[in-house]
Amino acid sequence: METLLKIANIETLYYDRIYALHGLSLEVKAGEIFAVLGPNGAGKTTLLKTIAGLLKDQPKKGAIHFMGKRIHRLAPERVARLGIVYVPEDRGLFRELSVKENLDLGCWGRSDSGITDDVEFIYQLFPILKNRAYQQAETLSGGEQQMLAMARAMLRRPKLLMLDEPSLGLAPRVGREVYEALSKISQAGTTILLVEQNAKMALRIANFGYIMESGRIVLEGTAQELQENQDVQELYLGVGGDTVSPKGWRLYKKRRTW
Amino acid sequence: MANFWQYVISGLATGATYALVALGLALIYRSSRILHFAHGDITTAGTFVAFTLLGLKLHYMVAFFLALLFGAVLAMSFYFCVLIPAQRREASQLGQIILTLGLGLILQGLVAYFGGTETQSFPFPLSDFKTYQIGEVVISQLSLGTFGIGVLACLLFYLLVQKTRIGLAMRATSENLPAAQTMGIPTRQILALSWGLAALLGVLAGIFLAPALLLDPFFMLEPFLKGFAAAILGGLNSLPGAIVGGLILGVAESLAGGYVSIAFKNTFAFLIIILVLLVRPEGLLGKEFKERV
Ligand SMILES: Nc1ncnc2c1ncn2[C@@H]1O[C@H](COP(=O)(O)OP(=O)(O)O)[C@@H](O)[C@H]1O
Ligand SMILES: [Mg+2]
Repeated sequence: METLLKIANIETLYYDRIYALHGLSLEVKAGEIFAVLGPNGAGKTTLLKTIAGLLKDQPKKGAIHFMGKRIHRLAPERVARLGIVYVPEDRGLFRELSVKENLDLGCWGRSDSGITDDVEFIYQLFPILKNRAYQQAETLSGGEQQMLAMARAMLRRPKLLMLDEPSLGLAPRVGREVYEALSKISQAGTTILLVEQNAKMALRIANFGYIMESGRIVLEGTAQELQENQDVQELYLGVGGDTVSPKGWRLYKKRRTW
Repeated sequence: MANFWQYVISGLATGATYALVALGLALIYRSSRILHFAHGDITTAGTFVAFTLLGLKLHYMVAFFLALLFGAVLAMSFYFCVLIPAQRREASQLGQIILTLGLGLILQGLVAYFGGTETQSFPFPLSDFKTYQIGEVVISQLSLGTFGIGVLACLLFYLLVQKTRIGLAMRATSENLPAAQTMGIPTRQILALSWGLAALLGVLAGIFLAPALLLDPFFMLEPFLKGFAAAILGGLNSLPGAIVGGLILGVAESLAGGYVSIAFKNTFAFLIIILVLLVRPEGLLGKEFKERV
């Protein structure tokens, strides 16, 4: 598959001195699901924001190319118009607007005849949104908000859909529903880049994964390879023992192989 | 009782102009989180343009239209040429507020230089002396026109914001700027439009205030402060609040002036504001901004 997004050695700083990304490189191939996994504070959100152009004048160094075009340090509107759609951790909804208005805004700038098909598709994916059409977005449950955010993103016909911790704060059952929907979205042909702390859920649907730590990629491989990697199993998949405890983290620092 | 209704009616007419001023201030505060201290001066400048054009024997409609346009273009230029560059250099909110103050001072100087400082009477198609009798209440042609225009402008503005795509984009942009940007909404143009619309509403108020107040470079000072107070009364980030706040303020000061003493006109009105803000710090219809981290 061709490379859709290519990130080479980017460095992103906050306030010109706090390094959040240290020379990070990764690639996303068209048509697949890529997962970036890492603990809290690894820089996952920063990575997505850097790609989306939401951090002014960042990345300081390095290059981001999307479909062969350089996109680093472009304004967020320009990046969005190229077909990169970003669903942030807080879902990025217009909370005071209704569900329908949020969806209408997702169609901003579109006038093609495909809109009705896409609306059909998202209502099929998330039938609940149809019943909630005239409700204010902030009155939706956490899971419904995530679904609305994903539905709105899909109306933009993304070439690359980026999601920041889509299962964050959701009950396990709702998280699984969200992931099933992502799976369907991917099958319908959308490339997905998602970042997660919840490695188990992410690796179940991803084709390829990156493990990120302190602003660097420390390990990469197919979802299969990562699931079989012993360190990943212990530290991220919770196989064998109480590795989620702080003690576990220390243990892992000692014995990591990367 | 006739007196009461008389005061209410004339209060509503003044209140309509406060509402227009307040609406502009609230619109800008909502979308840019900036207190716009040049609002009154942009209004004054626009009204002077109307005055000058009328002096050139242009038709009222043409002169007023061009004055509204002038105000809007002036405000949008300020947004594009001063505020955006300042924001690019990471100017703080306070810094940007100071910039609006600066613009206000510059405009005051220009208006005084080109328009003259002596008080002039503003020719107007509606008369302040021609009156209509409705029951026991008397209303001047000018007051009636002012109230009518105020209601009409608020209505059109409401339709624009609530019922059009542009309005939807305006609401989205002021609620969540980064999300609006990622939707591909041209947020700069949308914000510029808010600045332009605010100025337009202000100049409209100025044109209807000038014939009653007489024109000089500072004639908008008091209406501007009242508009500000009205916007805060209604809740600075609420558009309906600005309208309600303006009307309440107009009626309150008219009643205070009528029943107590004309000297207490302002005192009483501001007492009400203080009381309301003590009970509801976010204003009558305001909502705390939920700033996300
Ligand atoms: N707005 C900010 N200002 C300063 N530092 C920040 C900011 N946002 C994130 N950081 C820092 O950058 C690092 C990466 O954060 P983040 O990208 O949010 O990680 P993650 O999403 O993986 O939890 C952290 O050390 C965090 O403290
Ligand atoms: Mg994060």
